[in-house]
Amino acid sequence: MRFTYSDEQAMLLDSILRFGQEHFPPTERHRLIRQGRSGETDAWARMADLGWLLLPIAEECGGLGGGIIELMALGEGFGRNLVPGPYMASCVLAPALLARGGAVQDDLIEQIGAGEAIVAAALLEDDGGYDLHHVATRATGSDEGWTLDGAKAHVEDGGDAEWFIVPARTAGGVRDRDGLSLFLVSASAPGLRVERFRAVDGHRHARLELEGVAGQLIGSQGDALADIEAAVARASCGYLAEAVGSMEAVSAITLDYLRTREQFGKPIGSFQVLQHRMVDMTVACEEARAMLCHIALSIPKGDAAFQRAVSAAKVRISECGIYVGQQAVQLHGGVGFSDELIVSHHLKRQMMLAIAHGSIDHHRMRFAA
Amino acid sequence: MEFELDPADLAFREEVRAFFATGIPDEWRTRVRAGLRLNPEELVAYQKRLAARGWGAPTWPVEYGGTGWSPIRQYIFWTEAAEADAPAQFHQGLELIGPIIFTYGSQELKDRYLPGIVNADDWWCQGYSEPNAGSDLASLRTRAVRDGDDYVLNGQKAWTSYGHVASHCFVLARTSDEPKRQQGISLLLVDMKTPGITIRPVATMDEKHHTNEMFLDDVRVPAANLVGEEGRGWEYGKVLLDRERMVTASVAIFLIQTVKAIREAASRRTIGGVRLIDMPGFKAKLAQYEIEVTALQTMVLRVMADAAAGTDSGPLGSMIKLRWSQLSQAGTALWVGALGPRAAHFAPLDNSHDLPADMPYAMQGALYARVTSIYGGSSEIQHNIIAQRALGLKG
Ligand SMILES: Cc1cc2nc3c(=O)[nH]c(=O)nc-3n(C[C@H](O)[C@H](O)[C@H](O)COP(=O)(O)OP(=O)(O)OC[C@H]3O[C@@H](n4cnc5c(N)ncnc54)[C@H](O)[C@@H]3O)c2cc1C
Repeated sequence: MRFTYSDEQAMLLDSILRFGQEHFPPTERHRLIRQGRSGETDAWARMADLGWLLLPIAEECGGLGGGIIELMALGEGFGRNLVPGPYMASCVLAPALLARGGAVQDDLIEQIGAGEAIVAAALLEDDGGYDLHHVATRATGSDEGWTLDGAKAHVEDGGDAEWFIVPARTAGGVRDRDGLSLFLVSASAPGLRVERFRAVDGHRHARLELEGVAGQLIGSQGDALADIEAAVARASCGYLAEAVGSMEAVSAITLDYLRTREQFGKPIGSFQVLQHRMVDMTVACEEARAMLCHIALSIPKGDAAFQRAVSAAKVRISECGIYVGQQAVQLHGGVGFSDELIVSHHLKRQMMLAIAHGSIDHHRMRFAA
Repeated sequence: MEFELDPADLAFREEVRAFFATGIPDEWRTRVRAGLRLNPEELVAYQKRLAARGWGAPTWPVEYGGTGWSPIRQYIFWTEAAEADAPAQFHQGLELIGPIIFTYGSQELKDRYLPGIVNADDWWCQGYSEPNAGSDLASLRTRAVRDGDDYVLNGQKAWTSYGHVASHCFVLARTSDEPKRQQGISLLLVDMKTPGITIRPVATMDEKHHTNEMFLDDVRVPAANLVGEEGRGWEYGKVLLDRERMVTASVAIFLIQTVKAIREAASRRTIGGVRLIDMPGFKAKLAQYEIEVTALQTMVLRVMADAAAGTDSGPLGSMIKLRWSQLSQAGTALWVGALGPRAAHFAPLDNSHDLPADMPYAMQGALYARVTSIYGGSSEIQHNIIAQRALGLKG
């Protein structure tokens, strides 16, 4: 049993760390984030050059066929420097869903890998919580093709997407597991209203309203749920590793601060209560990393075991990440609350990662089910 | 144990309730419930309305323009205000400097400054903390040097909240070097229009501008604006700790607003047709939260009773500060959780569409809540105070 990255994986992580430091050092990151997508495009182009946008895409779709562990190395690297951008949405989740389809989709996957297109999956609906099978949006077929009607409450990283992958019902009731199909919809399609929002971590999301919007069927009809759940679980691994990278980074920053900040004539790290807090943060990081290993160990046991491990990890890593982020702010005192230091940005990213693709409560119930 | 309102208190409650039945704009509600301060203009308007009714300073004695209310009446007043979704009054003038002025200030200072605080003609900010003097405030380095009829102030203050709107600032500065660091610190009242004051905004994680850094460059303050005696400023602040318990006590009462906000958000949201509020898991969490808020409110009531009886509450004020910050953090987090995936929709990227209900304030409140365990004596410092003063445990 091996609990560390292979040499190649470690090299990948290393180059992502360097990339993050180069493109998004904390002060620069600030300025770039405020520019929205245009602040990320240089880095995105560089990622395309390095082949990273192709990395998680399956070989049969023209990608490099990176596995879950490569994805974790990528995510961890992003998390350490809080690299912004719709990577997990566009390069992990979308290609996995598009892989259901045929030739047209191959073109789109190619564009994703080249950094020419951003695609996001519109998975959540009002009244659906984080349940992926809750789909009221309907697809109606005719000689001219499919049209979609409904609304999507939240599209993770959908704020800059040129294309949306939209699950819709071709059969069954709103909460049935059968009868779901996937459709590709252009962001500029007539009848589609896209509302875009920024989150507190700088990520840009969307909300959709569809009225007779033309959609292209991706893959077969009526049986998309299993693929959606598998793709979301896979993308979640990237997010979970990002959370672990972020919490380890902010812990290290805090440890450093405890050694250098002085009050009452001594380093604040000499106060026992802060030592113990720092220890608890370190334990939380360790526990979170163990949950990544738990996922890795579940992979050979089949998809059900894997998805259950991901839910378990979503619960525990989110809790650990929020705890570490909050305590990092607390131990920094006032400057921890400032926008200027990266510290509070780690907390905000942790808060958002904790609800991306299912809250702690959602995954706790999913694990229990 | 008994707690009964006498007929006069009951009549008072009716009077307060009637007052709050109108005049609290709906657009304040979400921000108030999120524990966020209203805009300065809104707070000034609110303060002026209270002052016009004679209720501008609920904790002050009548002779200084206060209400002279008993602690029980203060409790009634705050509870009714909270029930009506009214905001907490801005405290830096009313609770932090006002009482120091009426306790230690000269007659001239009382006459000049107290009415402006009650009527909201003046806005006071607090210039205590410095970059290297936070928890360890006594290490402050800003200097005040006597020169003729003035003191000349030089130094840098950190976290001067509302310094960008304030008309006045109360500043702690060193007037002499003494063997004990707490000595030789003086308290000066400074007009913010005095030349040499520079205010620079400090951006904070909640994306709301409320605090600043303040640079003092040869700022000339008339010696008459010294409060009490030179070198005793630290003591004045300390003596007021006892009053400060009332400040936290009053804001703790306002947590019932957060309970309401969570309940309403969870009643609005459904998952598979079932309201979140009806789901056992969420119901249990909200119940737990409400129970903890109830415990805190009853602690507040005990502090009020002590105050009424003139007895010392010991570290109860610290305990309330500690629990209040924990509960404002827990409550806003529960609220944000109740919003589900759309809690990620913090700001629209163009103006053509609306944010979901409660946003951005619920999220902003959750972010702001992180500072409640840092400012006004961090939670770690509150623990130290309780350990040392109440339990006799010395480091
Ligand atoms: C938004 C905001 C508004 C503010 N408004 C004002 C204002 O209007 N006026 C004003 O004067 N000040 C204001 N403050 C300053 C505030 O009071 C200080 O931030 C606070 O006192 C903490 O000081 P510090 O930030 O220097 O942190 P530090 O004192 O450096 O503390 C860092 C960490 O060390 C811990 N620590 C420090 N000493 C000990 C110890 N002995 N034992 C255990 N742990 C310890 C702290 O709890 C904290 O976790 C504000 C601060 C913020 C963030």
